[in-house]
Amino acid sequence: MEKILVLLHTAADGGLPPAALETLGVAQSLGAAWDLAVLGANAAAAAQSISSGAGKTLAVEGDAFSQSRYSTDAAAAAALIQASGAQIVLAPGTMRFNRALPGVAARLNGAADTHIVAVDPSLNVHRWFYRQRMEGTLTRSTRPWVLLIEPGSNPAATTAAGAPAELLSVPVETRTQVTGFQSPAADQQTIRPGASLLFVAGAGWTKKQKDGATHTGEAGEIILGFVQKTQSSLGSSKSLVDLSGEGQAVLPFLTHLHQVGQTGSTPRHRKGLATCCHGEEPHVVGWRFINERRAINLDPACGWSRGKADVLYVADAFEVMRALAPLL
Amino acid sequence: MPYQIIVCGGLAPDPLQTLEPVSSPAGPALKNEMMLPAVFDPWAGHALYEAAHLAKQHPGSSIKVVSLAPKAKLQQVMMTIAQKLPFELVPLDGPGGGFTDAASIAAVLADAIAAIPGLDKSQVLLFGGWESATRGAGTVMQMVGEKLGITEQFLAVDELTIDADGALVIKERVEGGQHQVSRCTAPPAVLAWATGNLSEPANHPQTGMANMRAMMPALQKAKPASLTSALTFADVSLPAVTRQTRIVKDVPAAEIAREIAEWIKQ
Ligand SMILES: Cc1cc2nc3c(=O)[nH]c(=O)nc-3n(C[C@H](O)[C@H](O)[C@H](O)COP(=O)(O)OP(=O)(O)OC[C@H]3O[C@@H](n4cnc5c(N)ncnc54)[C@H](O)[C@@H]3O)c2cc1C
Repeated sequence: MEKILVLLHTAADGGLPPAALETLGVAQSLGAAWDLAVLGANAAAAAQSISSGAGKTLAVEGDAFSQSRYSTDAAAAAALIQASGAQIVLAPGTMRFNRALPGVAARLNGAADTHIVAVDPSLNVHRWFYRQRMEGTLTRSTRPWVLLIEPGSNPAATTAAGAPAELLSVPVETRTQVTGFQSPAADQQTIRPGASLLFVAGAGWTKKQKDGATHTGEAGEIILGFVQKTQSSLGSSKSLVDLSGEGQAVLPFLTHLHQVGQTGSTPRHRKGLATCCHGEEPHVVGWRFINERRAINLDPACGWSRGKADVLYVADAFEVMRALAPLL
Repeated sequence: MPYQIIVCGGLAPDPLQTLEPVSSPAGPALKNEMMLPAVFDPWAGHALYEAAHLAKQHPGSSIKVVSLAPKAKLQQVMMTIAQKLPFELVPLDGPGGGFTDAASIAAVLADAIAAIPGLDKSQVLLFGGWESATRGAGTVMQMVGEKLGITEQFLAVDELTIDADGALVIKERVEGGQHQVSRCTAPPAVLAWATGNLSEPANHPQTGMANMRAMMPALQKAKPASLTSALTFADVSLPAVTRQTRIVKDVPAAEIAREIAEWIKQ
């Protein structure tokens, strides 16, 4: 098999993110010779900490490369790929590398494929199409070929320290400065990638209920109370976040970042509970990587009833969630 | 300053349609692909609405939409999209769909953009969706940018503002429900959009008519794109449906709550 380059980046704290070790695990499972390259803050030390088994070990570090930014990441990655000479590059599909590596592939007259969940030694790669509605296995003749491995889809490698990294010096040319990060207020931090449960709130929470009135205030309390108690991740449907965007008095803590589905996210959690959400296909494609699914909906014929959930509770979500709160 | 905003956007099957893969001599395809109603690719749509918003605030700006799709479908979809905001269409006739090779698509788009008369790179903002609803790869914009020599690039953008110095202040989605904020001193730049913050503009028939006067001849003259593919598909299939939904009905809320609580704790 062709030699592989395992191309990784460090996180802001200089450590390797879990997705990096998962990518290394995929590379090791292929049984080919592999080089290791790391870019970012503290890259050389991070590379050496896992370089046992690698051919060449390479790194690019320094202030300019500690920021996640296209121009500098692309320059560093291109230099690392060229220094290795490997034509097959395995890299974690983090936002940082999803941004940088497709362009690097183009710069080197190669190609990149993303969201890869499995690779075999003949370089057949498995990925999803049409927003997780179809799965396909393919290979490609283009070289260099950058394969971005979907985080969370493979076990992490067992690693050991090895040879020190050779540091490459890469010229910095950029017009961009990363000035900071914005996250929701601490009590509204509702996206928890590591949580085992995804809780989805649909537009039903804002609709007129049995008594002919809306109860959005109580809905907000129920939802946030549940999410905080269970430390689950909070998702939503497009209808509900669109309502919020249109300035209606809805659930102010929901934004497009919470949207799950066709034009939202496809989070990975072990379990998912959908409430007041109809379970329409454009929403449910975002549930592809939720293993155990349950839904609470008043409508026995809603989308969830047709093989999209394991259990559908035909019930009033207000009543069930009120009864659930003291049990948690 | 005025911007030359170029929006790359393809078409996707209406997400409410049932999709089924079939094999064709040219590789995998969708059953009845040409019959399926299409929409402008949703994330590219958000990019387009953001472009309209920006162009309105910066007089003299222009918007061009570069779209590679089967010509007849493109014409259908433009009947609606053209009513939303003023823009010029640069159509490229060719196959759409999820099984095309993103690298080849990017090359064709870059060539078409480079050939736009009067292109001034110092004013160019290259917009598109961060992923298509077909391939879902999220690679085309970066490759188009590279081929045009634009190395300030942003992926999964939710917000662009222009500060007092004319710099671009950009919020990109990153892991953990956060936004990374960057400041880029000036164009050219690539912005591959996530959802943004704007809702879909209402249809405006007059705008549609004005747009279509230029679009129809452009569509008629649209050149067939010469696409290649370095991909070999072994298999495309629908995921196996393994779920049998158990429907729990006429059970008191308290009992359901108990069952859910147990399940959560497992
Ligand atoms: C191009 C395109 C892209 C799209 N992308 C997405 C996407 O990314 N994500 C997404 O979610 N959608 C997406 N959609 C929209 C999708 O088709 C649906 O319209 C949307 O998911 C519906 O949201 P909902 O289920 O919350 O709301 P509704 O359809 O309004 O359903 C509300 C539900 O709440 C239930 N309900 C009301 N009160 C109660 C109660 N007290 N107890 C229990 N149940 C109750 C009702 O029975 C109903 O089923 C997209 C659509 C298009 C056209």
